[in-house]
Amino acid sequence: MSKSNIEEINRNIYDFKNKDEYDYKIKKGLTREIIEEISKQKGDPDWMREFRLKALETYNKLELPTWGPDISELNMDEIATYVRPKTNISSSWDDVPDDIKDTFDRLGIPEAEKTSLAGVGAQYDSEVVYHSMKEELIKQGVVYTDMETAVREYPDLVKDHFMKCVPVADHKFAALHGAVWSGGSFVYVPKEVKVDIPLQSYFRLNSPESGQFEHTLIIVDEGASLHFIEGCSAPKYNKVNLHAGCVELFVKDNAYLRYSTIENWSKNMLNLNTKKAIVGKNAQMDWVSGSFGSKISMLYPMSILNGEGAKTEYTGISFAGAGQNLDNGFKVVHNKANTSSVVNAKSISKNGGKCTYRSLVRIGENAKNSKSSVSCESLMLDDFSISDTIPVNDVRNDDVEISHEAKIGKISDKTIFYLMSRGISEEDAKAMIVRGFAYPISKELPVEYAVEMNNLINMELEGSIG
Amino acid sequence: MKKELLKIENLHVNAGDKEILKGIDLKINKGEIHVIMGPNGSGKSTTANAILNNPAYSKTGGQIIFEGENINDFKTDEIARKGIFMSFQLPEEIPGISVTNFLKFAKNKVTGKPVKVFEFRDELKKYMEDLNMNPKNMERSLNVGFSGGEKKKNEILQMLVLNPKLAILDETDSGLDVDAIKTVSKGIEMFKNDDNAVLIITHNTKILHSLKVDFVHVLVNGKIVKTGTQELASEIEEKGYGEYK
Repeated sequence: MSKSNIEEINRNIYDFKNKDEYDYKIKKGLTREIIEEISKQKGDPDWMREFRLKALETYNKLELPTWGPDISELNMDEIATYVRPKTNISSSWDDVPDDIKDTFDRLGIPEAEKTSLAGVGAQYDSEVVYHSMKEELIKQGVVYTDMETAVREYPDLVKDHFMKCVPVADHKFAALHGAVWSGGSFVYVPKEVKVDIPLQSYFRLNSPESGQFEHTLIIVDEGASLHFIEGCSAPKYNKVNLHAGCVELFVKDNAYLRYSTIENWSKNMLNLNTKKAIVGKNAQMDWVSGSFGSKISMLYPMSILNGEGAKTEYTGISFAGAGQNLDNGFKVVHNKANTSSVVNAKSISKNGGKCTYRSLVRIGENAKNSKSSVSCESLMLDDFSISDTIPVNDVRNDDVEISHEAKIGKISDKTIFYLMSRGISEEDAKAMIVRGFAYPISKELPVEYAVEMNNLINMELEGSIG
Repeated sequence: MKKELLKIENLHVNAGDKEILKGIDLKINKGEIHVIMGPNGSGKSTTANAILNNPAYSKTGGQIIFEGENINDFKTDEIARKGIFMSFQLPEEIPGISVTNFLKFAKNKVTGKPVKVFEFRDELKKYMEDLNMNPKNMERSLNVGFSGGEKKKNEILQMLVLNPKLAILDETDSGLDVDAIKTVSKGIEMFKNDDNAVLIITHNTKILHSLKVDFVHVLVNGKIVKTGTQELASEIEEKGYGEYK
C-alpha cells in the first residue's frame, strides 16, 4: 500500500488561504434573477434552467428544520452561491493555475493520484478545475467527469437520475441545492465492470462568505463495483460559509459501492449536506465517514434498500471540539425482504464540543426476514463536552431482527496513569486512547486518509491538556 | 561495591484524607531483588504507586531518591523515562492499540531513540516464546480480552522490552497458577543483572519458591516492621502476619 504525502500534515495545510481571486462571483443573496444569472453563467440547457427555478420556488415554500442544531445565523442574503475560479477544467495539472495547483499539492491530491487512485476530480469553489481518469477505465466504458460535462454529454442518464434519489422537496437545503448546484462529479460504471482502484473527488472552498453546492451522481450498474472517495476542506474565515452538497448514489442489482468521506471543513462552516443511496437486489452499499470540521454539521447519509437481499453498512466517526455542534447519523429504509443493515458509529467530543448521533431505522411491511444492528459509542474527553444519541426505530412487520447498542464513556485516569508509567506523556497517552477508539473506523479508510485522520486526532488533541 | 539505585526516606503517603504510608525507609542497590510482603491494606500497592507518582496519591512527607535525584514531584512518564517500571496488579485494556505498536511507541519514548522495526519484532517474538505467550497476541489490542494470566505475562513482556533500571512488580504473582508463576519467575531471571534491581510486592510467598531474593521487608499498617532475608518469607508463610499486627 502506498501513502501520499499528507502524512506531514499540520494545521496550515487546511488554514492557508489563497487570495480571494475569481473569474466571476455572483452577488450575494437568493433571487430569481440570481438563479437565472447562475444558469446563464454556467450555460445550462433549458431543462436545467427550469429545474433550478422550480427548485427556488420549492426553497421559498419550505421552512427551516425545527429540530437539531440552531442554524438561524445563516443568512442567505450574505452568501454568494456561485464563485467561478479563474480557470477552465483541465486534465493536466500543468494547466491548472499555480495558486490553485499549489492548494491541491499541499493537500496531497496529485501525489495520491499517482500512487493509489484510478481517477481524480478536484473542485475549487464552484467549479471543477481538474478531472482525469486512467486510460484502461475509459476503455471499459467507465465515465468519470464533472457534473456540467455530464449534463451536456449524457443528458438522458442525468435526466433519469438527477435529484431523483434526493428529491428537491426533501428539505429546504435540498431545494437550495437544486437551485444553485455547481460542480461535483458524475460516475457511471457499466454492467459487470469492477473498478479495483478508488476514484477520488476533492472539494475545496476558498472564497469567503460563499457556498459550495457540488452535486455528486454515481450510477453503479448491475454487477459492477466501485470505491469512491470524497474529501473536503476549507480555510477558516470569520464569517459563515455554507456547504450544501448533494450526493446521489444508484447501486443497481448485484452491484457494490463503497463511499468514503473525510470532511474537514473549517470551523466557520455550516455543513448541511445530503447523501442518499438507492440499493438494488442483492446489491451492497457501504458508507465510511469521518466528520471533523465545520461549526455545525447536519449530515445523515441514507440507504434505501429497494431490492430483495440488499445490504448496507455504515461506519462513521465524528470529532467535535470547542464551538462545534456535529449532528450526524445514518438512516436506513428496508423496503424488501431479506435486507440487512449494520451501523457502527462513534463520536468524540472535547472542550465543550457537542456530538449527536441521530438515526432512523425503518423496516417496512414487506421487509420480512430483515436484520438491522446499530452500535454507537461516544467518548468524552472532559466534563463539559456533550454527547447525545437520538435513535428512531420504525418497524412495521414482526419478522425482523433488530438491535441497538449505545455506550458513552470517558478516558479514565487509571488508563492514563498506566500509559504514562511506560514513559508516554499525558498528551500522547490521550491521543493514543483516542486513536485506539477511532481505529475500527480508521482501518476502513483508504490508508492515506487513515493517516490523515490520525494526524487530525493528534492535531485536535494538541494543547488540550490543561 | 554496591551501587545505590533507590532510596526512600521517611515516606508518608495519603490516599484522599487517609494516611496509608506512615513513614517508610527503603534502600535498593543495583543487583538486588527485594520483596515487600504484607497483609491486604497494609500499603504495599501504595508504595509502588507513590514511587511512580500516581496522582491519585499524595506525598505528605519524606523523599524518594532515584540515582541520587529526588523524584518526589516528577511526572509519571518522566519517572518511567528515568528507568523505573511498574507491573500492574490490574493492567488496563486499550482497545484499538496493538501490543506491538504500543510497545514500539513506549520503547521509543523510554530510550529516546528510534526503534528499528525488524529488530524490534524479532526481539518481541523471542521474549514471547520465552514467556510461553501466543505470538498472535502481538497484533491484538493491548490487554483487551486477555485472560488474567495473559495480562500478567504481558506486563513481564513489557518489562523485558523496556528494560528499566528498577522493575516494581505489584502483585504480579497473584491469581496465577503454578506454571504461570514459574513463567513470571523465569522472566524476572532473564531480566535481572548486576546493573538493575527488582522490587516484588506480594501478599503471598508462592513466587519466592521459584526465585531467589536478597531482602524481604514486612509492611504492616503503613510501616516496615521487619527486614530480613529469604528465611523471613518462609517464616511468614508458616506463621502469617499475626505477630506484627
